[in-house]
Amino acid sequence: MTLDVAGITKRFGPLEVLKGVDLSVAQGNVVAILGPSGSGKTTLLRCLNFLERADGGSLTFDGERFDLAHMSRKDILRLRRKTAFVFQSYNLFLNKTALENVTEGLVTARKMNKADAVVKAERALERVGMLDRKDHYPVQLSGGQQQRVAIARALATDPEIIYFDEPTSALDPELIGEVLAVMRKLAEDGQTQLVVTHEMNFARNVSTKVVFMEDGAVVEEGPSQGFFENPREERVKAFLQTMERTP
Amino acid sequence: MNGRLLGILADSFPKILIPGLTRTIPLTAISFSLAMVIAVAVALAQFAGVRGLKQVCRFYIWVIRGTPLLVQLFVVFYGLPHVGVVIEPFTAAIFVFSINEGAYSAEIIRAALESVPVGQLEAGYCVGMSYPQIIRRIVLPQALRTAFPALGNSLIAMLKDTSLVSVVTVTEMMMATKQLNAIYYEPLALYLETAFIYLMFCTVLTKLQSWGERKLSVYERREAAA
Ligand SMILES: Nc1ncnc2c1ncn2[C@@H]1O[C@H](COP(=O)(O)OP(=O)(O)O)[C@@H](O)[C@H]1O
Ligand SMILES: [Mg+2]
Repeated sequence: MTLDVAGITKRFGPLEVLKGVDLSVAQGNVVAILGPSGSGKTTLLRCLNFLERADGGSLTFDGERFDLAHMSRKDILRLRRKTAFVFQSYNLFLNKTALENVTEGLVTARKMNKADAVVKAERALERVGMLDRKDHYPVQLSGGQQQRVAIARALATDPEIIYFDEPTSALDPELIGEVLAVMRKLAEDGQTQLVVTHEMNFARNVSTKVVFMEDGAVVEEGPSQGFFENPREERVKAFLQTMERTP
Repeated sequence: MNGRLLGILADSFPKILIPGLTRTIPLTAISFSLAMVIAVAVALAQFAGVRGLKQVCRFYIWVIRGTPLLVQLFVVFYGLPHVGVVIEPFTAAIFVFSINEGAYSAEIIRAALESVPVGQLEAGYCVGMSYPQIIRRIVLPQALRTAFPALGNSLIAMLKDTSLVSVVTVTEMMMATKQLNAIYYEPLALYLETAFIYLMFCTVLTKLQSWGERKLSVYERREAAA
């Protein structure tokens, strides 16, 4: 799978939030998107999964090209079924157990039979270390556990890419590690990921490529080796220094 | 209390209770069920923003909530026959109560739908579900859980409001009491007896309501199931 985004634009009223962003993610890569708050990172991910409709730009997914401003409902549904999204605030289905959260996309959306879905879901919960909590409802789980179930929900559908929007930002510091560990394991298993994050260690050590966004545009990008050692742009340097100082 | 009065009360008890069981309860149960169907449909049409339909729903709610139930009963029972539409009293009562309760419950359910966090819907989209699937499996169940206590209260209120249909010749408990009073002329004792029977009915409903709430709250309980 390859994902290529070209010239994506989006405005909210007078506010130009994405000013022509280009981005590419190759099979098995983990691309980290960094950047100050308000730079349009969330909006970018949301446009890629059509939670927001982009005003312009194109998306090439597995060689198939889509015009982001004119997507048919059918194509949206089809693309969404090849991708998965992990939210900052988990968004587990509150009326469903951990297991049901994972089977829902298989049984309801993909018409898989119940028994196969349960097997698949349990395997996904196992991978994130949540199998023993499969019958718990979201309110009965910690933030870190909810986020791991959310990752299992994403995994179970065999997505070609998983979008993560600051998956650890809502977590208490002591719970961040367990979620990052799961994401690192997925990366080792070759799962393609596009991750908006403020976790510098993750970006440095797990991701293959770093993209730095500011003010709706990509300011700098490059392989994560080297990116942190010698950023070309002054503002990137300044941002990285602030991030390294704050724990 | 003298023996005569006790005799009257004992004699009238089944004569009030039976219309309660054959009229008041079925009228409430049937009307409330129909009202729920109307309410969910009207609430969803607005929530989903179905164009055209939304205005129709607002108009319906505006008219029904802005006019007294008793007037609505009179319009259907006395007004319609005047222009040739004759409806049997019990049916007319069901019609009015369903339409009336449907409007109030639609607002309760709409508010509950709107209180479901938008992230629930977005998560549904992201696992590949369609809008109708998300509504049916995720949003509506959560909304109905939220609306349940308020709907339970409406049901109890409706049971008591059915006493109004005595004025349109449906022989429910209130009408039965009036007829007994015409024979015995013991208004205080007889109306208190009727009040007592209503109270029993409502007590049962209240119990059912809290049982239902407990059942429905499984996913809101913090302590784990096992
Ligand atoms: N639905 C919206 N309506 C209006 N403005 C929005 C909306 N969503 C985001 N924005 C604005 O777009 C800008 C980028 O937001 P966002 O994509 O959330 O940035 P980031 O994730 O990088 O912090 C911000 O100025 C934000 O206020
Ligand atoms: Mg964001």
